[in-house]
Amino acid sequence: MNIKRLIPLFSIIVLILGVISGCASGSAGGGSKAKTVIKIATQTPLSGPEATIGDALKLGAELAIDDQKAAFAKKGFDLQIAPYDDQADPKKGVANAQLIASDSSILGVVGHLNSGVAIPSSEVYDKNNIVMVSPANTATAVTDRGLKTVNRICARDDFQGPAGANYAVNTLKAKKIFVIQDKTAYGSGLAQAFRDQAAKLGAQIVGYEGITVGEKDFSGVISQAVAQKPDLIYFGGVYAEGGLIIKQARQQGLNIPIMGGDGMDSSATVQIAGDSVKNFYFSTVVGDVTKTAKGKKFADDYKAKFGKNIESYSAYGYDSASVLLQGLMNAIDKNGGKLPTRQAVAQAVRAITNFDGIATKVGFDSKGDNNFAKIYIYKFNKAAYPATQVSEITKK
Amino acid sequence: MREQISKFSQSPKAQAIFFAAYVIVTALGLYLMQTSVIAFLLLLFSILILYYLKLKTRTKWLIGLFIIAVVVPLVASQGPSFQSYMEVGTLVGIYAAMSLGLNVVVGFAGLLDLGFIAFFAVGAYTYAIFASTQASHFMPFGHYPLPGDTFWLFILIGAIIASIFGILLGIPVLRVRGDYLAIVTLGFGEIIRIVLNNMDHPINITNGALGISSITPPNFLGIPIGNSSQFYFIVLGIFLVVIYIVTRLEHSKLGRAWKAVRDNEIAAQASGIPLVKTKLAAFAIGASFSGMMGAVFAAKQMYVDATSFTYLESTMILVMVILGGMGSVPGVILGAAVVTILNTQVLTDLSNWLTQLSTNGVISIPDALSPAKMQRLIFGILLVVFALYRTQGLIPHKNRKINVEKLKKEASEAPGGALLSKERAETGGTD
Amino acid sequence: MLQQIIQILPQVLVDGLTLGFIYAVVAIGYTLVYGILELINFAHGDVFMTGSFIGAGVLFFLMSIGFLSSVPSLIVFIIVILIAALATGFLGVGIERVAYRPLRRRNAPKLIALITSIGISFILEDVVRFIAELKTGNYIITAPSLFKTQYHLNIHSIMPFFHNVTFQASFLVVLVVTVVMLISLDIFVNRTKWGMAMRAVAQDRETASLMSINVNRVISVTFFIGSALGGATGVLFMIQYGTIDPYIGFILGIKAFTAAVLGGIGNIRGAMLGGILLGLMEMFAAANLSTITHGAMGAEYKDVFAFIILILVLIFKPEGLFGKAVVEKV
Repeated sequence: MNIKRLIPLFSIIVLILGVISGCASGSAGGGSKAKTVIKIATQTPLSGPEATIGDALKLGAELAIDDQKAAFAKKGFDLQIAPYDDQADPKKGVANAQLIASDSSILGVVGHLNSGVAIPSSEVYDKNNIVMVSPANTATAVTDRGLKTVNRICARDDFQGPAGANYAVNTLKAKKIFVIQDKTAYGSGLAQAFRDQAAKLGAQIVGYEGITVGEKDFSGVISQAVAQKPDLIYFGGVYAEGGLIIKQARQQGLNIPIMGGDGMDSSATVQIAGDSVKNFYFSTVVGDVTKTAKGKKFADDYKAKFGKNIESYSAYGYDSASVLLQGLMNAIDKNGGKLPTRQAVAQAVRAITNFDGIATKVGFDSKGDNNFAKIYIYKFNKAAYPATQVSEITKK
Repeated sequence: MREQISKFSQSPKAQAIFFAAYVIVTALGLYLMQTSVIAFLLLLFSILILYYLKLKTRTKWLIGLFIIAVVVPLVASQGPSFQSYMEVGTLVGIYAAMSLGLNVVVGFAGLLDLGFIAFFAVGAYTYAIFASTQASHFMPFGHYPLPGDTFWLFILIGAIIASIFGILLGIPVLRVRGDYLAIVTLGFGEIIRIVLNNMDHPINITNGALGISSITPPNFLGIPIGNSSQFYFIVLGIFLVVIYIVTRLEHSKLGRAWKAVRDNEIAAQASGIPLVKTKLAAFAIGASFSGMMGAVFAAKQMYVDATSFTYLESTMILVMVILGGMGSVPGVILGAAVVTILNTQVLTDLSNWLTQLSTNGVISIPDALSPAKMQRLIFGILLVVFALYRTQGLIPHKNRKINVEKLKKEASEAPGGALLSKERAETGGTD
Repeated sequence: MLQQIIQILPQVLVDGLTLGFIYAVVAIGYTLVYGILELINFAHGDVFMTGSFIGAGVLFFLMSIGFLSSVPSLIVFIIVILIAALATGFLGVGIERVAYRPLRRRNAPKLIALITSIGISFILEDVVRFIAELKTGNYIITAPSLFKTQYHLNIHSIMPFFHNVTFQASFLVVLVVTVVMLISLDIFVNRTKWGMAMRAVAQDRETASLMSINVNRVISVTFFIGSALGGATGVLFMIQYGTIDPYIGFILGIKAFTAAVLGGIGNIRGAMLGGILLGLMEMFAAANLSTITHGAMGAEYKDVFAFIILILVLIFKPEGLFGKAVVEKV
């Protein structure tokens, strides 16, 4: 055989292997410390178009872990974060979930952003008894499968959507509503729940249209909306597209109220839409974080550590990780200060009924949904974030 | 030194001993260091070494199969990383089978296809719809979800439906050539994806963007299959079937017709090759491999939505084929393995290691450049480097050498039919 | 139903033209490179994106030194677009040097260049993202708008079956600049010596080199022009839509490539018309599909609609709308 030809191939492989062997020795070095290492994994998209939100979630969780580090060190544990990038891809999410399962020092996961990734990955977590606290998956199927390890602190689509619809029809007196959604699991689920409830309340749905995520020109759909003369537009989706829809609708002379879900709760909405953001409403589960002293401190710490302003998603990330750590702490105490099993951690997290987070109170019901998830409706009166709170809706 | 190397490369015995030693050492390494990805990769690397050894083709196959089906799962099964390795193995198998399918279309028949993932999607959705309550939304009869035993049937059904789609795609293709074909297939892939993502109204067939969840896991003689290690063997089985078909086809009449069409369409047509049939066969066969793996994928994930079937996925499979070496069966498999392992394991581990270093304060990286975000960047760099240094692919395609003297002798001994049958017997092996 | 379609038609035309002109110029980048190298330059969409980010960077810089308030915005715009075009032009030449030329020299299979182009596009996306994030903390960038005067065209009073049309001043800028770019490119390719050399290389590289044409330099020039046009269009995109992120090049690249094929790849005028046609079709579909199908199919099917038209065109005219049928020789 031709040995010469193999040389470049060999050299590349040896290079790669060398790098990995570095990895192995690196992690071995980390593990040889006296304290037992406990890792909390985060799994969110850190690259690709959705990385802004994914990064905000990760940073929030990172801050929570840093805050708790000292408390865990006192008990003899070294708390660390292990960020994974799921690239918003279900395959990658599941492969990462397997890697997470194989690292026995990981006792819990904060994630994901996309329900499409969360659902298959959580099957893996469940098999390995790893508890997952989701900061952002609103799809009903996430918890409706009845997995013991899956919890979330955010509101379900079938709570948030109808809450928005009630406000739109009863308070804003919308008769003709034009619904736009972004054809993702999040936007679709929210818009559907909104549409059904609005129709039930007697409003006329004059259009139900989808857009493509990643595009920047939505004037086609907006022209159609103009022709239908609605008195409210509802958008199910995230700010990157939503901000532009608001802006382009105003450019075409639609000065009616526009409404969205918690995916629009970001300073970027204002940045993108500019002045057009006035008269835009959105529903979210996060109250005004900066109002409370705790929240203010969080915002300041966040800014100091990462050099960025907080997003609502960073607060979700922070709260998810905090709840998870609280459960972990309870499990450690219950186990007499020794390292608990994954199963015990999962049980302890599910058992939390009254945790005061910075964004929301958390208490899990038997399915893992948050009992305290509240919906707040906000309105932009001027082009500045955060917006003004106009309504508060508690779970029935 | 050089003499020794040449001596070594001539002696099958020395090679066999070296190889056995290598396998034993790396297997032992993995056995003792369960969480070490290097040990796992070194063990897998033995397959590549095996490929270059001077042994009989059949022996190589048997040894390779033994390593993949017995040694790797057995050795890896002792530690916590077992399922993770098996997951990677499963993904490699899925992608390798798909790349082999695409290789039939692009490598053998020379038809550039940028929408290949569509067939995978069709297979996945076929199983997903019928193995969940989704089918009861539009099917007038039957009780859904179907039980997990039907999974085995759905591997076949997925293949058939995907190949029907392959033929559907083939129809416009008969008139369109070259890079126009690329854009038609790209359009086709996008059409399939968008339609699957939107078929929740007027009739709810695919549940639209919300995807299909709670897909029934397959069932083997009453045992429910849910772990990656179990799927690994299913995938391995299908993969072997795929390899068998591909290697058989490559040197068959159809395979030679594909290559003739690839090299020069008009000349091929002039020498009596039916263009329509040949091209459609390439699409149908290539698509059917993807369809089978699609059904497995749906069963493995237990959830399907359209985000798994984007245009980027199609290009990724194309990258595997080109990187491995177009038209070369072992090359394509290697390409699929390299890309998949890099993407799902090595890059993730690498970035975890860098994160670890920065949290332990060994190196300091600003948050905007956090290594967890760099996977795609590193992947891009590797792609460029690989392509620049292995311009013909990792294992370039080789034409099978035909021993002219032997053929002549045979022809003079037994004129007529005997020649054909002899030749056919010879095509069984791989090159 | 028909009434509604006609009512919004003028607005749809305006929006469709904006998008179409942007597609057209990016499509030219694909067509130029393809015409000469028979290579699908996947990285071109990301060159376009890089152009828009360089434009935004220059704009922010000019703003920070207070240039913006003292000088009319048209001059600022010209400075920005020129810098962005030059920078991306050189970027394009660099990409060709690093990623494509070595392959050509080694006689690599044609498709292997596809891998390097995909690799380059990953690298560009992430490098731009990292730089933007380091500088601003976020990589979705909203640029200050230069031309935001709103115009209302009161067609309704003249022709009562139409609705009124509104557009921004930036629409006019996009229109004028792209038309200027398209015409000057057309003159360049058809009337100048370099243009003639480019056409010669496209027709037959070997013969051209025998006619003492420096093929490598012609290829470099082609990449420079294609990428500079792409980068300039990136600036136009930023001006028109206000918001950019590192991933805008991906979808737009696919669309522009489709447009280039629709017009007949390798044909510059074809790419222009293909782009405009695709923009108009897409906008029309987004605005009217659900009216036509009574809600069964909505705007989300607009790409399906565009691709089906493309496939139909290619079936009946396989060389594209404006391509010439080439007789293949054996």
